[in-house]
Amino acid sequence: MSRDVRRLRGRVAIMGAGEADEHGKLPHKSAFQLHAEAARNALADAGLAKDQVDAVFSAGLWMGSETAEYLGIRPRYIDGTQIGGCSFIAHVEHAMAAIAAGLCEVALITHGESGASRIGMPGTRFAPDSWRLQFEQPFGLAGPPTGYALAAARHMHEFGTTSEQLAEVAVATRRWAQLNPRALMRDPLTIEDVLASRLISWPLHLLDCCLVTDAGGAVVVTSAERARDCPKRPVYVLGAGEASTHVMVSQMPDFARWEAARMAGERAFAMAGVTYADVDVAQVYDAFTIVPIMALEALGFCKEGEGGAFVAGQRTAPGGDFPMNTNGGGLSYTHSGMYGMFTLVEAVRQLRGECGPRQVAGARIALCHGLGGMFSAAATLIAGTEVP
Amino acid sequence: MSEYSGPLPVPTPETRPFWEAARRHELSLQRCRACGAHVFYPRAACPRCLGPDLEWRRVSGRGRLHTFTVVHRGARSFPLPAPYVIAIVELDEGPRMMTNLVGIAPDPATITIGMPVEVVFEDVSPEFALPRFRPA
Repeated sequence: MSRDVRRLRGRVAIMGAGEADEHGKLPHKSAFQLHAEAARNALADAGLAKDQVDAVFSAGLWMGSETAEYLGIRPRYIDGTQIGGCSFIAHVEHAMAAIAAGLCEVALITHGESGASRIGMPGTRFAPDSWRLQFEQPFGLAGPPTGYALAAARHMHEFGTTSEQLAEVAVATRRWAQLNPRALMRDPLTIEDVLASRLISWPLHLLDCCLVTDAGGAVVVTSAERARDCPKRPVYVLGAGEASTHVMVSQMPDFARWEAARMAGERAFAMAGVTYADVDVAQVYDAFTIVPIMALEALGFCKEGEGGAFVAGQRTAPGGDFPMNTNGGGLSYTHSGMYGMFTLVEAVRQLRGECGPRQVAGARIALCHGLGGMFSAAATLIAGTEVP
Repeated sequence: MSEYSGPLPVPTPETRPFWEAARRHELSLQRCRACGAHVFYPRAACPRCLGPDLEWRRVSGRGRLHTFTVVHRGARSFPLPAPYVIAIVELDEGPRMMTNLVGIAPDPATITIGMPVEVVFEDVSPEFALPRFRPA
């Protein structure tokens, strides 16, 4: 790792964040409309006009430049990095590098996905000569739950993690969702409810799995100097990291340990110069209940194998000492398919103190941690209300 | 043989020897002549040393169950009825591969991570046999 990553700390800030006008099941809207609504709302939040954007970052199954075309923007810096649901967190890191290098000044990062209705979405079938079709699909791989179940089973085998501990994550996240009027799933939920829900892919039950929705989000990143002129409180990027270790499920280096998260988190914390105890609020991608458990271990919030015990006793719920996924997460708020954008939007709102009943009092440092593929990639962002 | 409804691979130049061996009910892996690593999935560069000199070798077909899941909500058009077992097997030669565990009830109470397994081929079309594993 470069020894001087700390020179990037606080160089850029998120000056605007927004979501599509609505989310849920939206068969009347295309994926690109969700991009556009989110971009419009994020730019309004930043107090900027479209013409002030000179860089567009977007991830999808299409090219990043297609988003720019739809929005009528002619960027001089384009990044379509696609490493799964954490791509947008990685885009903030890439924007930081590009802005610090002087290649662009105002970066618009957008996400729109018609994950439930599949309107205006490219096909997702694997080519018949792809590695995944040749060596994984013939065995009946039934989407992401199957892959994550393979990791959950190995984590349980090595460390004694229990289904009850997985359920703690779903219940704590639902309790946050109950404080968020925009969350899609707000009914009361108990650990027994999670365990009694039908098995999708053992050991994962239905309520261990995220929602599938249509949603969009966007953030605007600019230099710290320029962000001071924005109408709302700038959210400074203190540290960022990303990593990728594999793509195919069978190529995961270690099914009980999330190596990409360890690599990403290590750099983010080194850059930010903060410690785990400094994090006031965490947004940790929760596609499945096993994911935050393995993330907290990999990021160093607890020791290897102790993630299940860490989340027990509703520690991550409202009133617990580790507030996590305060919007209600992918499990209860929304999950379009690439949820990472929503960790950024919620972190901005928490650090600005905009969260109403779910506000974490005095939140000054937030962590966003995203997931890509089958524990394949990770991206970590540490943001703060000031540069320490 | 009835019409197989599941996805069938289309081999690439790197993978064709694997599928040709499978059709003969042989599990065959590449081995790097430079560094000695066994390689799966097949490719034209050793993932350990990037060497180009990979030889095909028939391997034991034996290994251990590394992890597994019992799939209750199965993939569309997959011919095994749910529940079925998707497994990651660690071969005695080192690499891990995805497969199905067959010849045992799809019940987490009876399947044990670490149990020894061996390959068994199922002919699914005139050209393809799939490597599945059963308790050894």
